[in-house]
Amino acid sequence: MLSKIVRTVANQLILFILIFGLYVIAHGHLTPGGGFQGGAVIVSGVVMLLVAFSSKELKKSLRERTLSIMESSGALIFIGLAFAGIGIVFFYNFLVGTPIFGRIPATGPGPGDIWTGGFIPLMNLAVGLKVAAGLSAVVLAMALFSSGEEIEE
Amino acid sequence: MAALITHSPILIIAIPLLAAFLTLPIGMASKKARNALLIVSLAFVTFLVIILARDISINGIHIYTLGATSPELTLPGGAMVPIRIILEVDAMSIFMGIIWATVSLAAAIFSLSHMASETGQNRFYTLLLLMVTGGFGMMFTGDLFNLFVFLEIASISGAALIAFRTRFADAVEGGFKYIVISAVAGLIFLFGVGLLYAQYNSLNIGFLANAMQYSTLDIIALTLFLVALTIKTGMVPLHMWYPDSYTVAPANITAMLVITSHACMYAVFRICFSLYGITLDATTVGWIIVIIGLLTMFVGVTMAVFQTDVMRFMSYHAISQMGYMWMGVGVGLAVLGNPEALATYGRDAISGGIFHILNHAMYKPLLFMTAGALFHRTGTRDLNKMGGLGHNMKFTLILYIIGTLSIAGIPPLNGFASKFLIYESVYQFNPVLAVVAMLVSIITLASFTKAFQSAFTGPQLPEYKDVKEVPKPMLIGMGILAAGIIFTSIFPGLIVERIVNPATDALINQAAYVNGIMGGGMP
Repeated sequence: MLSKIVRTVANQLILFILIFGLYVIAHGHLTPGGGFQGGAVIVSGVVMLLVAFSSKELKKSLRERTLSIMESSGALIFIGLAFAGIGIVFFYNFLVGTPIFGRIPATGPGPGDIWTGGFIPLMNLAVGLKVAAGLSAVVLAMALFSSGEEIEE
Repeated sequence: MAALITHSPILIIAIPLLAAFLTLPIGMASKKARNALLIVSLAFVTFLVIILARDISINGIHIYTLGATSPELTLPGGAMVPIRIILEVDAMSIFMGIIWATVSLAAAIFSLSHMASETGQNRFYTLLLLMVTGGFGMMFTGDLFNLFVFLEIASISGAALIAFRTRFADAVEGGFKYIVISAVAGLIFLFGVGLLYAQYNSLNIGFLANAMQYSTLDIIALTLFLVALTIKTGMVPLHMWYPDSYTVAPANITAMLVITSHACMYAVFRICFSLYGITLDATTVGWIIVIIGLLTMFVGVTMAVFQTDVMRFMSYHAISQMGYMWMGVGVGLAVLGNPEALATYGRDAISGGIFHILNHAMYKPLLFMTAGALFHRTGTRDLNKMGGLGHNMKFTLILYIIGTLSIAGIPPLNGFASKFLIYESVYQFNPVLAVVAMLVSIITLASFTKAFQSAFTGPQLPEYKDVKEVPKPMLIGMGILAAGIIFTSIFPGLIVERIVNPATDALINQAAYVNGIMGGGMP
């Protein structure tokens, strides 16, 4: 555990890191980035907390079981969205034309419309969930292992 | 049913993937439900593979374009380059698919009891199903980059599974070796893919085959592919990791690794025949493959003779057997430019090599599983410490005998059928090859007899007095493979005619493979 100054700053900063991570995930279909990158940004926040507080402290609020379930559900949402189009073809973008992310953007340069892309933004969210949960579990397990503790089964 | 057949290429890949991630939430609730999910999903996939195989034998190549408005739409709106990920399943792909489905089902059933005492089983089954996904993907994809991705999925989950029993230090070492070797091979492969992509702006195998110039860069790319896949298959100059990893993995995973090797071998054949095909300098590349096969056969078996660790002993035999397949297919490749020689013996050589993949994929996992059964009951892999186990493990003994006779190529069994096809055709190409192949077969029989004698025969040892037969799921898993061996032994002609020869023709007929992609431009 580091000094009180570091802990306080980390406590404030984590909010901004999470928001930035969510931003990168949510705008994956418009700007550089996407599910994996945004998820990795969120995990960088988790790593900061790991450094500022100790792995023991973090283990209390970040349960391995919860992370596992989050990771599995991220993958399941992704595959579920792919399966949802199987009426036509697997991975068929069935949301195009619907009110949810269904707008078709004009050709040429523009500011970017968030309500486009069909199921791509939803898939980005699923990947973001999986990467954030999975990588957090990895760094947490490594931190616990190096401090001589076992992660619970 | 028609819709099921249309969508079956992707369902075969996606169902194990879906089941892999359902394993964890379901496994937390109930163990029985998780095991049922594992078996039901793999059995359903096997069913899909069989109906797809039947459909391909009637209607030819099956194309599936992900995300398009119809599955056959490879060139939307009259485009010149195929966009989207395209799965292309021809007779060769589905031949490998049948092998992969059967062996993975057997391995999954076997693991129900073999892994029953381990911790973290939910993760084990997740990884196993991911490995199944990776293998099917490698066989069915028509896209080079996709092939790389699935290769990596199979490798990474395979490495984690090898190291699964972390209480053994050598298991961790074997897993580490496997991941390092796989990562290196994967990156070499990716570099080759990059070279082709830079030149032709596409990753689709059918499109690349159509545009192939066989320029210097293409030759470099081919070399990179061959090196990467030779490493992954475990052929002789680059086989050092192979026994180390195979020995320490749980026996069911070793069975999966054997067929992963075959999947990589499939990738070699696919690249040589379908991607390069007629542009290839067939004689040179064919001879290279033949020589690698010959070396592998001989070095593998001579290394196997003096092993005392039963799994290690069988790993070296697995290396040795793989040489037969490379030699058979290599001879066929060497005469690819010569239609007369191809018709007289080239096609038979390829058929022999491919048929041997099928046979090897049944008897080698069976033998590994019997070794796993011995380990399950005795807790040792050392042949010198075993003895007299035939008294207590009668079924395992019978299954071991079936596997041994098959690997040694004793006449009524299926190993003989494919080896004989190889001897006959290879002899016409170059007699020396056939002589070495027969010699290797004899040494194989001799060494397996030795292993049989030291494990099963002799008086009952006092320390193994209370050893029992292995539990039923393990026997069922081995039984599936033994049934496959017996079926192939009784009807070799039927198998060659209905499954093997179509696969050979699919490999030779590059135009049909290209046409599957480039002819699908209906808007």
